[in-house]
Amino acid sequence: MSDQPLPVVDYMKIPDDGDPYLEGHKCGKCDAIYLGERSICSKCGVRDQMGTTKLSTQGNLYSYAIVHRSFPGIEVPYISAVVDLDDGATLKGNLINVDPDPEKIEFGMPIEVIFADALGRKDSDGNSYLSYFFQPRS
Amino acid sequence: MTDAYVVGVDMIKFGRFPEKTVPQIGSEAILMALDDCGLTIHDMQALYCGNLGQASGMVGQRILHEIGQTGIAVVNVANACATGATAFREAWTAVKAGLYDCVLAVGVEQMGKGLLGGAGGGSGISKEGLLGSGTMPAVFAEAGMEHANKYGTTFEQFAKVSVKNHHHSTMNPKAMYQIETPLETVMNSEMISYPNTKLMCSVNVDGSAAAVICSEKKTKELGLMNRAIKVRASILTSDPWQERDLVMPDVNSCTRKAAKEAYEMAGLGAEDIDLVELHDCFATAEILHYDNLGLCEDGGAGRLIDDGDVALGGRIPVNVSGGLLSKGHPLGATGIANIYEVSTHLRGEAGGRQVEGARIGLTHVIGLGSACGIHILEKVS
Ligand SMILES: [Zn+2]
Repeated sequence: MSDQPLPVVDYMKIPDDGDPYLEGHKCGKCDAIYLGERSICSKCGVRDQMGTTKLSTQGNLYSYAIVHRSFPGIEVPYISAVVDLDDGATLKGNLINVDPDPEKIEFGMPIEVIFADALGRKDSDGNSYLSYFFQPRS
Repeated sequence: MTDAYVVGVDMIKFGRFPEKTVPQIGSEAILMALDDCGLTIHDMQALYCGNLGQASGMVGQRILHEIGQTGIAVVNVANACATGATAFREAWTAVKAGLYDCVLAVGVEQMGKGLLGGAGGGSGISKEGLLGSGTMPAVFAEAGMEHANKYGTTFEQFAKVSVKNHHHSTMNPKAMYQIETPLETVMNSEMISYPNTKLMCSVNVDGSAAAVICSEKKTKELGLMNRAIKVRASILTSDPWQERDLVMPDVNSCTRKAAKEAYEMAGLGAEDIDLVELHDCFATAEILHYDNLGLCEDGGAGRLIDDGDVALGGRIPVNVSGGLLSKGHPLGATGIANIYEVSTHLRGEAGGRQVEGARIGLTHVIGLGSACGIHILEKVS
């Protein structure tokens, strides 16, 4: 078991000496941004021109669903949100610190990406995880 | 290249048949389609079989073990909810190519109840409810809310789709349900993923549908031209690259591309279509496809449902079968069941839900966000 929380997805990096961040892979030819490592760009087809880029933590709400029924054991309701980051990447995640009520959610609202424990979820080895969440940016 | 015709087509009444096997369910529709044109399994030169749940289970061959082991070519197809349309298209392709002049396509599915989809999986911890939701009602809620973001489409407009399709299904004896659901009932039924309530989610059912496809020469030889349905276009697309692909399955781009290619192949425009059976896996999805299929200008979808244009009796009736929302959605069968529905209207045999004077119809299915099948059908008289 690890002493430190593990990243919830492989595109989250947790440096020993610094803040966690999300890493994108950006095509050197067409600037398309991907989550997770890859060598070929599915937009333009160029090979071996991927570079890494630290994703922005600022963005705006593009779309959402308010989930009232999920699989057993998953706490509801929650907001499943799609956020366009300022650097052109798009992420999906839980939007927190907003009431799960369509009246309280505005398209385009400024969002920030924050990092916190993965709702207490642990894997079969007992490891805890660091996740990312969206919250309104003031 | 020869033209290809649907000469026989049918579907079973959708329902739940846990006591039957998948091949048994598929066989029923095939026998009905053969009876529809008076042919037998011995007249068939190939079988294209669509099924998802047992994709590696040689369902097509097992169907022939039920109804006649004639030794013909069998191709088993899986392409998410576009499976049936893909099987039909493979059959059409073979006839167009001149390889065969009389073939069968079948789509069959046996489903469980409950939610489909889910985020994550693999090692580590569950991502569902942590990094958003991968459940299908949520994914299609997000697709609908993208439309709301762009065009101001409302919860009530999405809900009206469900009212309409449930109403249509009261006239379809082969639909899973025949129940009127007024707007308040739809909007107040259990919220699954806003804006999709329970009555705005398609029904998981078992079902099958089948079609016999012949070349023009064969159709004439058999004397079947008077009820034959000409396939004016058959198009299959995958999802072109889009900037939000990684987190939002994109049902729009593959549909727009398929619609454009289908209208081109048929030499027709959206204004020539008399009825449409489209992929209303969720009420939100139907709204998107009014725009995507060119039934209105972009963003006009909300007004189309408000004005009743897409209801039976309207300018361009959509899902008069009851759609996936009420007829039911047996994944692999859906793409041929909608060909049955349109063909039945073109033949003037749709009873109480008949679209009067229908001559040309369009069918559309989506396999998640990554496959789209469109067929344009015409009754040649
Ligand atoms: Zn590129």
